[in-house]
Amino acid sequence: MHPIIKLVSQRLALGFLLLFGASALIFGLTEALPGDAAQAVLGQSATPEALANLREEMGLNRPALTRYFEWLGGIVQGDLGQSLTNKLDIAESIGKRLGNTLFLASVAAVVSVPLAIFLGLLAVRFQNRWPDKLISAITLTTVSVPEFLIGYVLIYFISVKLGWFSSLAMVNDSMSFGQKLYAVALPAFVLTLVVLAQMMRMTRAAILNLMQSAYIETAELKGLSTFQVIARHAFPNAISPIVNVVMLNLAYLVVGVVVVEVVFVYPGMGQYLVDAVTKRDVPVVLACGVVFAAVYIGLNMVADIVSILANPRLRHPK
Amino acid sequence: MSDDILLKVRDLKIGATVYPPGEKPHDIEIVHGVSFDLERGKVLGLIGESGAGKSTIGLASMAYGRGGVEITGGEVWVNGRDILKSPHSDVRKLRGGEVTYVSQSAAASFNPAKKIMDQVVEAAVEQKKFSRKEAEGRARELFAKLGLPDPDNIGDRYPHQVSGGQLQRCMTALALCPEPDLVVFDEPTTALDVTTQIDVLMAIKEAIADTGVAALYITHDLAVVAQVSDDIMVLRMGDTVEYGSTDQIINNPQEEYTQALVSVRSIEHEEKQPTQEPVLSVDGITARYKGLNFDVLHNVNVELHPGQTLAIVGESGSGKSTLARVITGLLPPRDGEITFAGRKLSPDLKGRTREDLRELQMIYQMADVAMNPRQTVGTIIGRPLEFYFNMRGSEKRKRIVELLDEIELGEKFIDRYPAELSGGQKQRVCIARSLAAKPKMIICDEVTSALDPLVADGILKLLLDLQKIEDVAYLFITHDLATVRAISDSIAVMYQGRVARYGSKSHVLTPPFDDYTDLLLSSVPEMHLGWLEEVVAHRKMESAGN
Amino acid sequence: MMKNIPISAAIGLLFTGAYFFVAFAAPLIAPYGMAEVVGDVWEPASAEHLLGTDNIGRDLLTRMIYGGRTTIFIAAAATLLSFLTGTSLGLLAAVLGGWADQALSRTVDLIMSIPTLILALVILAIVPVTVPILILVMGLLDATRPYRLSRSVAVDINVMDYVEAAKLRGEGRMWIIFREILPNALSPLVAEFGLRFIFMVLFISTLSFLGLGVQPPLADWGGIVKENKDGIVYGIGAALYPAVAIATLAISVNLVADWILNRTTSLKGGRG
Repeated sequence: MHPIIKLVSQRLALGFLLLFGASALIFGLTEALPGDAAQAVLGQSATPEALANLREEMGLNRPALTRYFEWLGGIVQGDLGQSLTNKLDIAESIGKRLGNTLFLASVAAVVSVPLAIFLGLLAVRFQNRWPDKLISAITLTTVSVPEFLIGYVLIYFISVKLGWFSSLAMVNDSMSFGQKLYAVALPAFVLTLVVLAQMMRMTRAAILNLMQSAYIETAELKGLSTFQVIARHAFPNAISPIVNVVMLNLAYLVVGVVVVEVVFVYPGMGQYLVDAVTKRDVPVVLACGVVFAAVYIGLNMVADIVSILANPRLRHPK
Repeated sequence: MSDDILLKVRDLKIGATVYPPGEKPHDIEIVHGVSFDLERGKVLGLIGESGAGKSTIGLASMAYGRGGVEITGGEVWVNGRDILKSPHSDVRKLRGGEVTYVSQSAAASFNPAKKIMDQVVEAAVEQKKFSRKEAEGRARELFAKLGLPDPDNIGDRYPHQVSGGQLQRCMTALALCPEPDLVVFDEPTTALDVTTQIDVLMAIKEAIADTGVAALYITHDLAVVAQVSDDIMVLRMGDTVEYGSTDQIINNPQEEYTQALVSVRSIEHEEKQPTQEPVLSVDGITARYKGLNFDVLHNVNVELHPGQTLAIVGESGSGKSTLARVITGLLPPRDGEITFAGRKLSPDLKGRTREDLRELQMIYQMADVAMNPRQTVGTIIGRPLEFYFNMRGSEKRKRIVELLDEIELGEKFIDRYPAELSGGQKQRVCIARSLAAKPKMIICDEVTSALDPLVADGILKLLLDLQKIEDVAYLFITHDLATVRAISDSIAVMYQGRVARYGSKSHVLTPPFDDYTDLLLSSVPEMHLGWLEEVVAHRKMESAGN
Repeated sequence: MMKNIPISAAIGLLFTGAYFFVAFAAPLIAPYGMAEVVGDVWEPASAEHLLGTDNIGRDLLTRMIYGGRTTIFIAAAATLLSFLTGTSLGLLAAVLGGWADQALSRTVDLIMSIPTLILALVILAIVPVTVPILILVMGLLDATRPYRLSRSVAVDINVMDYVEAAKLRGEGRMWIIFREILPNALSPLVAEFGLRFIFMVLFISTLSFLGLGVQPPLADWGGIVKENKDGIVYGIGAALYPAVAIATLAISVNLVADWILNRTTSLKGGRG
């Protein structure tokens, strides 16, 4: 078998194994920790009889392993169970919200990825000169402030003082694409700021590392222009490190979304998860946890697979 | 006459910015005013130890400074113009057109993502010297001339698909393809095994002769440069030591430093006869690394006598370092046994007694990673004293000072850290550390390979002196035959995990030889003019005879 | 040692020191009691209330000072826990190798395959949210990072010839870990300690902001944002003070960590 096919299928298998492990870990945690769904519903002051009854009713008395596989089987078939608090079907609630979250994250990604790569290249071009230093100073600041505070600072200045955007990001099905875009502009901007700095810094480091390779010197000693050196010799080798940087930061963005949604009261997965945690709605928390883990694991897997595909040693074996 | 001068360098000064950690960056000068001329079609050898500035000078002929290096003064005239004052567009035409470069590591200098052919013809096409088609034809001719297999198709491969020696030839083809006036060869054979080096060296020499190109040939190995160059410039710490014809430098060196370089490795060592029981006997050792499905060592048998030196010689991949790992217990063998000082050694490290460990010491190739950078010289040498002999306080200090005197460093080194020592001093401290254990035998794994020739000579002399004083046996692993001649009493030649030839030094080095030993011995560059041609002619005759 | 200190690191040290001093001495410095209602809702800054008052009329400066104490205390405790657990397991995995390394490393891989915040939320949905539990959850979840760093640094050092030389000498495991590996792994680990501390400050602030961290009436920086965020739409900036506090603390610690990393990469006389 071609080594690439072998490595890629190995990586895919590892991804599924991790996903399985992650679901077991999330489920296992809710089992192993003191307190359970029944306790969560009734609170700390519930009588033992009431607890026992509710446990019986919710099927919590059956062995954990049985319930885990039932739960897992449900997920595979798209059945995530019912919310404890409002008895609604979780899969249905998640479906709409996941769409909203992905929309917000995509808008942020579409802006931040090209911008970060461009600024990263700019920092390399002007290494140790003022643009580079300015970029690293901004980076240091944005990684030093939590997402939600960046959100409120922007709300304070942009939506309250300037009145350009609403401080609430409401979207619904009746809105046009343009209206939706306007609605998520501010939260997407916050997310962009959150990942931009990190992505830019990592791009800069990856490209600098590459530019120190001996084959770049060879290209320079052939009398090629800076542009030719970068386009012909640096770029083909830069794809894999840059994709890695992008994927890592998109994974980070998916987490940042949780907090930003709460700030802007945006009807997405993050808001849903935080509400569920506050209300101790365990089935919803489990479902959201698995969805977030799946996205995160998937993005990391894509990054690894791109690295494998971009490696000339693997593409053209001896 | 002056029209024949291709490259004229006058009072070249080169500086660099250094960034010592914890200090402010500052500028230092690394080349202090060097001048030379190179005629068309001639070869000038630049020779010196590390830090001599030879590569920097080579790159200056392309108006290029590597890393933080900057040309700070002087003139570099190529084809009648001072390239240091030329506009950037002109310098770009010069690079890859008039002057090209062959680096030490072709493996790193080729772009891993592009085919060899694309990279070989790139400069020629870019500089509009040839059309793509002409350049490819020329590249194939050069591949053939340089002795590459399948010259018509090898360009379609990727760099990682050919061997190191082949890639180094491809790099030479890359440099010659645009028909330059001058090629800078920067240690082109240093990374190669000695039997590969001779072929690449001959290929380069013939290619230079055939194309009539001029060359700057940079190396630390005087014997190599003597084979290819018309003139030689000896450099040291950024200054010219001596500059003259190859014949004059090799046969009649004027400066003390040049004389030392020419006479390096001429230590006389009388071979000792095996007398008593061997201190170490290796019987039928077969070994492989975990996860590999083939043996790296096959039935190896050697003996080492007390107070003597057994040299294990071979090229990379011959299994010589693996043998050291087996003897130390780091790699338990699959078969065979090791007897040391009359007792059978446990195959793995855990089963060995403290006495076993004490009596069998080891010195490494890279002294800088063989010492903990956070320990002082005193701690490094003192630890075996503490550990094996339970020495403490003033008794320990007295012994450390004794050892420092033995390795010719002295008491003032006791509180220094490894980073404050030179390469030779570091290796001396490692020697003292192993002697502190009062061993019966020391394994020396390429202990002089990373050192400049003069420093290496000093280490070898020290080891021989210490052998007399301490009566310790050495198992000396090396790829360098000059070292073997200088220090051994008996020799084992290893090839592909087997002992190809074994016996006393005089036996192993006296004909008739087996094929591999013959190839190995005849491949070692010798410091006289015309050696390369003699060897190649001799080999051609032999193969014609067969 | 203090002679060569660069200006950026000096500023970093000064601010970090000041924050820790305020955290320790909060009851002495704060003008009012922590939960004491002393004025109207969201009073503007005045001589009595330098930063104004908060959403229920407590002195905001007092809240910020006590909030810093809580945030810094929880972050420091969680960092210590994370670091001690992570590095000791990491070093052990590197030195032991074999199945112990495999088991630990694969567990860490699994934990890290889920974003830390998400995993923390899952746990906090089940267990009661108290300060010790927060420290435990944050510290243990984050221990994966010091684990990976210390393991990879130690694995790199473990294959060095000087460690092999110590093994050939017959040295025990303790000597190898504490005398050969640890001194050489120290500088990246110390710098990482600073970065983990910053992360913990951001982490606990985020949890508190989401209502899943420090519970009222105890003050902390994330909680102050939560309490006062409704004022923002009326143009009241009370919720933004913690941004300034967190950012300056994080930048200061970053500057110090950078300096330590640069200074100790010198292998010369590393006793300083």
